[in-house]
Amino acid sequence: MRAGSTILGALAFGALAVIALWLPPWLVSLATIAFANALVVLGLIILWRAGLVPFGQALFYAIGAYAVALIGRYTPIRDVFAVILAGAVCAGVAAYLVGFLLARYREIFFSMLSLAMSMILYGVLVKTETLGSTDGFHVEAGSFFGYRPEGEASNLATYWLVLGICAVLAWLVALYFRSIAGALGNPIRDNEIRVEFLGLSVDRLIHLKLVISGVLAGIGGALAALAVQHVDPAMSYWTTSGGFVFVTILAGAGSVAAAFVGSLVFELVRSFAVDFVPGEWQMILGTVLLLTILFLPEGLGSLVSRLRRKPEASP
Amino acid sequence: MSAILSVRDLEKTFGSVVAAHAISVDVPSGQTVGIIGSNGAGKTTFVNMITGHLRPTKGSIHFEGNAITGLPSRIITRLGISRSFQVAQVFPTMTVADNMRIACAIARGGGGIVGCAFQPLDSPETAAEADAAIELFQIARYRNLRAVTLPQGVRKLLDIAMAVAGAPRLLLLDEPTSGISIEEKFGLMEVVMSALKSRNITVLFVEHDMEIVGRFADRVLAFYDGTVIADERPDTVLANPRVQTLISGTKRAQVGGDAVGRPDGSHA
Repeated sequence: MRAGSTILGALAFGALAVIALWLPPWLVSLATIAFANALVVLGLIILWRAGLVPFGQALFYAIGAYAVALIGRYTPIRDVFAVILAGAVCAGVAAYLVGFLLARYREIFFSMLSLAMSMILYGVLVKTETLGSTDGFHVEAGSFFGYRPEGEASNLATYWLVLGICAVLAWLVALYFRSIAGALGNPIRDNEIRVEFLGLSVDRLIHLKLVISGVLAGIGGALAALAVQHVDPAMSYWTTSGGFVFVTILAGAGSVAAAFVGSLVFELVRSFAVDFVPGEWQMILGTVLLLTILFLPEGLGSLVSRLRRKPEASP
Repeated sequence: MSAILSVRDLEKTFGSVVAAHAISVDVPSGQTVGIIGSNGAGKTTFVNMITGHLRPTKGSIHFEGNAITGLPSRIITRLGISRSFQVAQVFPTMTVADNMRIACAIARGGGGIVGCAFQPLDSPETAAEADAAIELFQIARYRNLRAVTLPQGVRKLLDIAMAVAGAPRLLLLDEPTSGISIEEKFGLMEVVMSALKSRNITVLFVEHDMEIVGRFADRVLAFYDGTVIADERPDTVLANPRVQTLISGTKRAQVGGDAVGRPDGSHA
């Protein structure tokens, strides 16, 4: 069953990679951003399972993105793997440090404290000229082991890069969910006292979850920066965090795959809404959120589990 | 027998309120100790201090010769002291099997958080241990039910089974029969005590029902006003007029209907 899921996931990512050859460029670009953002959603799912909803995950997203941008601006390093790694490390270190504070809080206090952290970064980015201030700055195009694609080839290469990294990280997160620490999301949400009296520190478990989700958000931000080739303070603004929470509700916390499906659906709905009803696109998104909460409270991922359950229920 | 647990001059205060004071007790390995006392006598405070839920204001606690005073509960659990709670502490949205699987996996995990991220939850060993515990505590027929739907007695058994998953040498049970019907109490205690004896676990249990205490305890600690006022064999303690007078909240016949303890120690 689990090997089956892994093979199915690999086939899905493979199909997405191949199909891009026939997709219009705008759709490839949209999917690139969607999958980069899905990594942030994946991190949110890790925390969500433990009953924690961070309203400031854009903090790590922006750190990952700015790390890539700053390396491109101030160093000769252009290799995409090196800069993404740098983005992941910076976001991971930031998550580790703020984790000492955040891991001690729960519920709305956790949510608002994470929001406060991201808004502090927003304030710093807006006020700092060397970081581009309100306009942000351009991100240098990356190279792939020395090879630097141009034009459409660059878009496609970035898409494949995002897809490849997403595939590896999705597999690692799935492995994490099967580990003791990963499987303790629901128990932590259900009853922290029992977890403590089984011999594990809940604060440390949450701290670990924060670091993992921070690294995922940092990589997502780094990939988004490479794809868009621009960073600005809005990447750390609370509405960006809200967007990630929106996608998590849409996707549901039930599966790894849901993060990617949810993120793609969100980007598609937003793009079409902006295109067809430019003045009311927020209303369209709000309606989608409302319908999701009313009819799919466990998100798009629950559709699969519902379909799986039906044949078992029949005699 | 050597003392597995040694407590000296233990004290706990909350501001000006003295919840426990001058408690000194040695518990030999293999003994089953009943703890009695009226509400507010300091029984649960005593249990909470031993298990790290509360930090003592004064005094010392030694387990198997090692000082454990004021250590966090998770460390104390790893050292070999486990506990159940007056209100069963289980994972309500998960099934009985999943509750036990989690408990056994954590016990096998070794306590390191990062290590736990690399160890799979499911393994044949974990599954076998979980199944064995479910059988031992006779809750196999509830295996696939979510804990929130369980009868109170079964939830208590699950709570205790989870506490035993880490193979503790000392187990503290806080009112294991509270909230359970009179008919079920003895059945539950029989299951629990035979399971714990089979694993050679030293037991301290807080209990209000004197018949339960008399039947299952080798020794009784009577608490009153935050300290131990009697520490003897059950029949001696329960016959002690002073104990009967002071522990008026612990009624001899809570199981037996209308016999209510009086301040003079007699019973109606």
